[in-house]
Amino acid sequence: MSTESSYHVPEQSRLPIFAATGLGLIAYGAGSWVQGGSAMFFLAGALVLAFTLYAWFSLVIKENMAGMNSAQLKRSYVWGMGWFIFSEVMFFAVFFGSLYYVRNLALPWLSGEGVGESTNALLWDGFEAAWPLMTTPDMVVNGEAAQFKGPDQNMSFPGWDKLFSWLPLWNTIVLMTSSFTVHIAHTAIKNNNRGKFNLWLGITVALGAIFLVLQAEEYIHAYQHMGLTLESGIYGTTFFMLTGFHGAHVTMGTIMLLIQFLRGLKGHFNSEDQFGFEAASWYWHFVDVVWVGLFIFVYVLA
Amino acid sequence: MAHGPAKGIGRWLFTTNHKDIGTLYLWFSFAMFLLGGSFAMIIRAELFEPGMQIIRPEFFNQMTTMHGLVMVFGAIMPAFVGLANWMIPMMIGAPDMALPRMNNLSFWILPFAFALMASTLFMEGGAPNFGWTFYAPLSTTYAPDTVNFFIFAVHIMGASSIMGSINIIATVLNMRAPGMTLMKMPMFVWTWLITAFLLIAVMPVLAGAVTMMLMDINFGTSFFDAAGGGDPVLFQHVFWFFGHPEVYIIILPAFGVISHIIPTFSRKPLFGYSSMVYATASIAFLSFIVWAHHMFLVGMPIGGELYFMYATMLIAIPTAAKVFNWISTMFRGSMTFETPMLFAIAFVILFTIGGFTGVMVAIAPADVQYHDSYFVVAHFHYVMVAGAVFSGTAAVYYWLPKWCGRMYDESMAKVQFWVSFVGFNVTFFPQHFLGLAGMPRRYADYALQFSDWNMVSSIGAFMYGASQLLFLFIVIRTIRSGTPVSEPKVWEGAEGLEWTLATPVPYHTFSTPPEVK
Repeated sequence: MSTESSYHVPEQSRLPIFAATGLGLIAYGAGSWVQGGSAMFFLAGALVLAFTLYAWFSLVIKENMAGMNSAQLKRSYVWGMGWFIFSEVMFFAVFFGSLYYVRNLALPWLSGEGVGESTNALLWDGFEAAWPLMTTPDMVVNGEAAQFKGPDQNMSFPGWDKLFSWLPLWNTIVLMTSSFTVHIAHTAIKNNNRGKFNLWLGITVALGAIFLVLQAEEYIHAYQHMGLTLESGIYGTTFFMLTGFHGAHVTMGTIMLLIQFLRGLKGHFNSEDQFGFEAASWYWHFVDVVWVGLFIFVYVLA
Repeated sequence: MAHGPAKGIGRWLFTTNHKDIGTLYLWFSFAMFLLGGSFAMIIRAELFEPGMQIIRPEFFNQMTTMHGLVMVFGAIMPAFVGLANWMIPMMIGAPDMALPRMNNLSFWILPFAFALMASTLFMEGGAPNFGWTFYAPLSTTYAPDTVNFFIFAVHIMGASSIMGSINIIATVLNMRAPGMTLMKMPMFVWTWLITAFLLIAVMPVLAGAVTMMLMDINFGTSFFDAAGGGDPVLFQHVFWFFGHPEVYIIILPAFGVISHIIPTFSRKPLFGYSSMVYATASIAFLSFIVWAHHMFLVGMPIGGELYFMYATMLIAIPTAAKVFNWISTMFRGSMTFETPMLFAIAFVILFTIGGFTGVMVAIAPADVQYHDSYFVVAHFHYVMVAGAVFSGTAAVYYWLPKWCGRMYDESMAKVQFWVSFVGFNVTFFPQHFLGLAGMPRRYADYALQFSDWNMVSSIGAFMYGASQLLFLFIVIRTIRSGTPVSEPKVWEGAEGLEWTLATPVPYHTFSTPPEVK
């Protein structure tokens, strides 16, 4: 640390206040939009935020290319990205934790086990816990009048004979492969091999896009043919929230990698300096690991 | 970056200077403190006598909810972030925070978030009325429409906290002056490093909780509805997995402040520095595994009750280590009792009382009696007010002369201390009795036998409220016309890099890092 005497403290900047305004508009706009109001404020906020972020990242890239970033400043960015990913880990932990709680504690209690004996007898008489939960407590008590109906079919492992027509397996293969391809790209740029870097990063972006198309396909199939929606009781809830948030993160990751790909084409990276790409690739490995968790706990062990 | 601050409003809107941003945080938090405080005054005015006098019960519920939310997220947390912004770079010999532009963003999100949250008071259906813990289904099935604004306000506020924390961690880990090893860091820096870690770990959990609410309310999911196979108790688990670390997020930086003030005015180094560090880390770790002690009455299996009871009691050990260390620091010191020290000593005494009642409510079978009563209200106000707010006030008296080069009026400040000390205790000590006698919390009206202590409590509350206006007056007067001070060590017993700088502190400090031996 002793040699780094000139940490770049940027001058005043208009970017943050624009970003904050964008976020404020998004919060107000989303709040009124979900309760049936206009989406205008939300969209305006999203536009403001998008343009601000574009300008902000452009500026950071420009500063870096101009050599204003000391090794110490770059370490700040490394810590920043690392802890951001940790916050994302905790966000997914909430939803995985909820899945665990519902499957292993709440549903057995609702069916009368342990502390749930009177809850079951008085409120949900006849309900039996199962996972995937096809018959909700509401259906047991209220039959056709139930507000919360379970799905007709679920996304669990369909048996070995249908293994290769099982979409989640292909999604797993696509995403796992993309983790390797992004690593190959990383190694390539470390060796200053830009052609190879561009090729394998491009393949990674394509795999991310393929994953998203397959995921969309799965959702359409679920809604149209399987009677499985966000409203299909707790199974539909956890299924779509977990895979949905993961999908949103894959979208983010794909956009991040795509930007790094475009930067790669412009020749922004070399063996010494490729942090923008590295940060995006960490994020990509992170969404990949989340998918492995999803594949095991949402699809296979169900 | 060799020049001074920019002119006009732009200085504050576009600033990247950690001192400016610290100032913004502190003033914002004080504004929120007065707002949340005025809600508390309305609550205490209504509870002055039994029966409904001033407001309707629906509005009373909005007041308790908004009081809690504004105080926790708007007043106390930003106050300590403000102190962190001001002090951490100066304490570790850094030129600024690690990511100065993001620092500005972290602050400026807050006014938007709280403007949105407070504006719900004027919307149809009124403000959130389900308590600051927003338990489902009160906050989902039975919530006013404005709950959606509350949810998104929490979302952007969480983003602000996470960015602020990332900044603090990057600063502490990356920007320390050469020679300042981790175990040489000032306690305030240590407590904030650990607090920032807690924030990054649990703010996303809060975001998850409000997202589930959003989905249940608007998109037909059944996280918190047993009819669909969910469980309202799930909300409480998720909320308290955030909420319990949250109380340590509030109190750990307060511990840090006290660990600076007591040595200064005892003219002795902090007793047991390394045990302070380890105690802070243990408290942080334990905070993740005790959350369900807030839920002893939801119908947990007996094994769960026992586990959460014993795990909770473990927290008393590192906390007691800290209290003993502060007392040992004072032992045989040449103590003087300037206002920061008065607040610090009051902190140690009153926080310990809050800690003891904490052990009481941690006892699961006894909690059946205490739960949701005024005993709990008294308990956490001893921790939040006499703990966090007293320490924040102490910090302002302690560092304000350094920041602005002017000394506050000592006798006026002492008056302010005694009025708040007495006012606080008159407000909250009787609430222990009320709770033990069976008065439930969050009620707009109460049975006649609770009248006397409620009246006493309200009188204390008005006293305490007035003392905060006096505090505001003292601070403004100090900044405008306090006696100038110019020696770097405003307090003769103070130690640390921040006291080697000129007084008042220049706009940019430590552009080249100092050497720490």
